[in-house]
Amino acid sequence: MTETADDPAPRPETVDLARAFEDSGTGDVLRELDEEMIGLAPVKSRIRETAALLLVDQARRQMGLATEMPTLHMSFTGNPGTGKTTVALKMASLLHRLGYVRKGHLVTVTRDDLVGQYIGHTAPKTKEVLKKAMGGVLFIDEAYYLYRPENERDYGQEAIEILLQVMENNRDDLVVILAGYADRMDRFFESNPGFRSRIAHHIEFPDYSDDELLRISEIMLGEQNYAFAPEARAAMAEYIAHRRHQPHFANARSIRNALDRARLRQANRLFSEARGPLGAEELSTITETDLRASRVFRGGLATDRARMAQAAE
Amino acid sequence: MRLTQGTFSFLPDFTDEDIRLQAQYAIDKGWAVSVEWTDDPHPRNTYWEMWGHPMFDNPDAAAVVYEVNECRKEHGGKYIRVIAFDASPGWESIRMSFIVNRPKEEPGFRLVRQEGEGRTVRYTIQSYSADRPEGARYA
Repeated sequence: MTETADDPAPRPETVDLARAFEDSGTGDVLRELDEEMIGLAPVKSRIRETAALLLVDQARRQMGLATEMPTLHMSFTGNPGTGKTTVALKMASLLHRLGYVRKGHLVTVTRDDLVGQYIGHTAPKTKEVLKKAMGGVLFIDEAYYLYRPENERDYGQEAIEILLQVMENNRDDLVVILAGYADRMDRFFESNPGFRSRIAHHIEFPDYSDDELLRISEIMLGEQNYAFAPEARAAMAEYIAHRRHQPHFANARSIRNALDRARLRQANRLFSEARGPLGAEELSTITETDLRASRVFRGGLATDRARMAQAAE
Repeated sequence: MRLTQGTFSFLPDFTDEDIRLQAQYAIDKGWAVSVEWTDDPHPRNTYWEMWGHPMFDNPDAAAVVYEVNECRKEHGGKYIRVIAFDASPGWESIRMSFIVNRPKEEPGFRLVRQEGEGRTVRYTIQSYSADRPEGARYA
């Protein structure tokens, strides 16, 4: 039953913010964020600010000082592999603990999940996704693809209109996070002013520094029970410095791919070199040679292609 | 005459919040919730028109309320109900069904008597509103 005049919940006289902070579990999420995510200092401070704002807002509503739900839609901008999706997951659980979304699940979609193939296909598709995300957070990756100015009959516009409508009318039911590269998102917001005004929090994700990427690589290996040999760690640092200046660099994602390939080479090496039984140590050590074999040290994709073209001639 | 079918039909009409809580109960039980509408109030009219697909994978009942309101826009003057289907083996049927929207005027039913062989009398009911063709039954 909805709240009526005959059951006025007693309004508290004072609020203990520190207590509310601990009780809601907000502290746990923020600590988790601090421990699990390397770097990203500006992002973390923005999230802490947002959490504080929401906590105060909640207290104000308990005391009857505010009635409106604050707008919580966000945009995450940054280069690929800077942790946008991971932070969105944390954000969903933060909003859940603070009681701003009921379920706290994250639904990740891209243009394909929202926009249909033919007339009349888009609206049901978009609504289906929105319904699935209700009670949680809808994360739209590379949101600028929704808007294609070069094709005026593009169905993306229809999806945008439905999105805007639901973002406005069902503000209590779901939180939308738009994500993508900074410059293209800016252009997207320029051509869709409706989005800009409905999004309260713009959070920028900076690129990782070389040092941070090295720490990330060690954590990634640790999670899979691998470790660098001492000289391999130096090779990895060098690898990161090289890789950064080559095309298609995607921060932490490039690192993950590099490690996957290093594991492949390690497995190959063990297979061809091993004489007799192997211990846990050998099975879980990535050595310098596993990393040095990468073409990144020889100039990357570009030089490889050039050589192949030469050979073809 | 107020139509009393399904669960909660003797209670006052539900608010959206009431609908949400009941639908959430069904979702938490693992049942698929869907919205249906009709303008034939006969109690043996089991199969109502479906409003969209059953919602198998929506964790939150706000989606149900959203669809009920969408359905009200189109069929606001007719009966709308929310049903919850239990797909677990051994049951595979409707667990819960309740009316969330009804016409302003519900004229009710007339009793019809049929003289059968040997002075037998057969009884049936007929909705007054069903005299008119489909779509024109309620204002």
